[in-house]
Amino acid sequence: MGEPVVRAPAFHVEYILRLGDSSLILAQRLAQWCGHGPMLEEDIAMTNVSLDLVGQARLLLSHAGALEGLGRSEDDLAYQRDEPEFRNWTMVELPNGTGPHDDYAVSIARNLMVSALSVPLWQALCESSDKHLGAIAAKSVKEARAHLRHAAEWMIRFGDGTAVSHARAQSALDHLWPYANEWWDTDTLEREAVQAGLGPSLASLRSTWSESIDAVLAQATLKRPTDSPFVSTGKLGLHSEHMGYLLAQMQSLARRHPGASW
Amino acid sequence: MSSHAIDVTAIEQARFDERLRADRKIEAQDWMPPAYRRTLIRQISQHAHSEIVGMLPEGNWVTRAPSLKRKAILLAKIQDEAGHGLYLYSAAETLGSSREEMVDALHAGRARYSSIFNYPTPTWADIGAIGWLVDGAAIMNQVPLCRCSYGPYARAMIRICKEESFHQRQGFDIMLSLCRGTPEQKAMAQAALERWWWPVLMMFGPSDAESSHSAQSMQWGIKRISNDDLRQKFIDATVPQIELLGLRLPDPLLVWNADRGHYDHGPIDWDEFRRVLDGHGPCNRERLATRVAAHDNGAWVREAALAHAAKRNSTAKSA
Amino acid sequence: MNAHLPDKTPPMPLWEVFVRSKQGLDHKHCGSLHAADAQMALRMARDVYTRRMEGVSIWVVPSGAITASQPEEQSVDFDPMADKIYRHPTFYELPDAVRHM
Repeated sequence: MGEPVVRAPAFHVEYILRLGDSSLILAQRLAQWCGHGPMLEEDIAMTNVSLDLVGQARLLLSHAGALEGLGRSEDDLAYQRDEPEFRNWTMVELPNGTGPHDDYAVSIARNLMVSALSVPLWQALCESSDKHLGAIAAKSVKEARAHLRHAAEWMIRFGDGTAVSHARAQSALDHLWPYANEWWDTDTLEREAVQAGLGPSLASLRSTWSESIDAVLAQATLKRPTDSPFVSTGKLGLHSEHMGYLLAQMQSLARRHPGASW
Repeated sequence: MSSHAIDVTAIEQARFDERLRADRKIEAQDWMPPAYRRTLIRQISQHAHSEIVGMLPEGNWVTRAPSLKRKAILLAKIQDEAGHGLYLYSAAETLGSSREEMVDALHAGRARYSSIFNYPTPTWADIGAIGWLVDGAAIMNQVPLCRCSYGPYARAMIRICKEESFHQRQGFDIMLSLCRGTPEQKAMAQAALERWWWPVLMMFGPSDAESSHSAQSMQWGIKRISNDDLRQKFIDATVPQIELLGLRLPDPLLVWNADRGHYDHGPIDWDEFRRVLDGHGPCNRERLATRVAAHDNGAWVREAALAHAAKRNSTAKSA
Repeated sequence: MNAHLPDKTPPMPLWEVFVRSKQGLDHKHCGSLHAADAQMALRMARDVYTRRMEGVSIWVVPSGAITASQPEEQSVDFDPMADKIYRHPTFYELPDAVRHM
């Protein structure tokens, strides 16, 4: 009765989970600014970015669940998976500050780095052999461009603003820079995805990403941090210590009422 | 003061009164009695502060929303509220106040905001209750304001009311899901209703007989319907909704009175209202501290923006 | 409770926002906002006043740059601010950012 469920290969599902989970977790971090932004107008702007990312996450997770063929919905994936199953890049799970307090410079710098990657990534994904993913990409690339513009403008204001803002921006950049290495570290999964025409390897986007970032840093009078051998492993399900707390908060209510509809 | 100046004022006052009588709008450049201006600044800024502080009880659940759809809806709602605050600060500024002054007054505890936001949101059901009841009550208060005599305020209210109706529907939708859900979800909804019911009724303010402001505001076309009438309207509209949800009535004295054609209700604890208004509600200190912290922690960001703009300008000048 | 110190940051300039919706023919005044410069004002206007619309055109103008006609019935007025759109405190002393635009 009914057609047999065709399950997509595991690498296909995981490739999409990396994107979906990264959008979800970054959206979660940005949502923390709600009501706490540096000015009312920015509260609205940052919430806008979070909202866009939640939208992207929903589309990607729904699609991943459908491909997986185990009947998992976007909410099953978001709320019922445990930490090792999340495939987001470590960078997006980091707190909004480098110390005990949230720091707008960190969120802006992170948004800059992530959206500078997302724009060429979504552009490339518009040509994906996975047509549904291509459709999601077509919608998301516009949003990513807006996010990049917003982050770039603020990074420039911070870098070329006051001594305090310059120091914060540089510090934020230095703090986040090593976490980009995770993107350039191509693994088997990405190689399979490239072969299947699903999408590009992130490493292939590196020079475009670098150009965007350098252009912003120049205007911001900020120094490009030196590269280090550090590589984070969030995309493999091996997360930082921050992920546990983030998920505990995000999932607590849904898990407390298993099977409930909201 | 010369007699010429006194004559001018009398002429302006007569023009102003005639405008109100003819139900025409007063605009920013028009002459208005200083007391009218002061009352409006106070009322509009209080309204703006309420929207901003109102973001906090809901923001409390944004990171824990139990589904992605609810998360998205809640984020959008809070964003709307920030926008409403902005429209209202904008309207108040047309009267000669400044954003800095108004925010400063709020942070220093000199300005008021709706007392309802001094209550906590301990469960997800409180988010449903806020949308359904608090926004429902706010809409009752706000729709008449769309006809307020002061143009910029009326126009801001029209814009706000359009968006507000979504909010109430979303809140009710949350309650509906809970009431049709597990026994625990339904119990959560019942508890939230009982927690919010009385504070929401207090949102309409004490009986007008006790308020010195009301009569003058009515005369000035700032207030259109009495507090008691609005409250009654709200109760009459909401009781059927409670019954539709299958929840128990939060007040044993909520009974339909066929003679009056309205629901009777139990006595409101105005002492609680005054306590909360005076700063001694469950969350007053925290709400204010949160807003002050956001503002203070964000000072470096605002300074950077201004410094950068100044640098750009001097570059442009010397170019 | 800590004593609150008034904010010593200079005020952000005030901008008036005009939006022409997709279907509309004219830019309509929708309100105001605070921003450090025109670029910021434009971006914020997009976020605040056009949150649900695409394909709109936005104008932002420093509030102090607008000269308004006087209400017709108004008697002679020696108020120097008579030709301003409203009596915002910063109109009395234009902030640097506005003065140089």
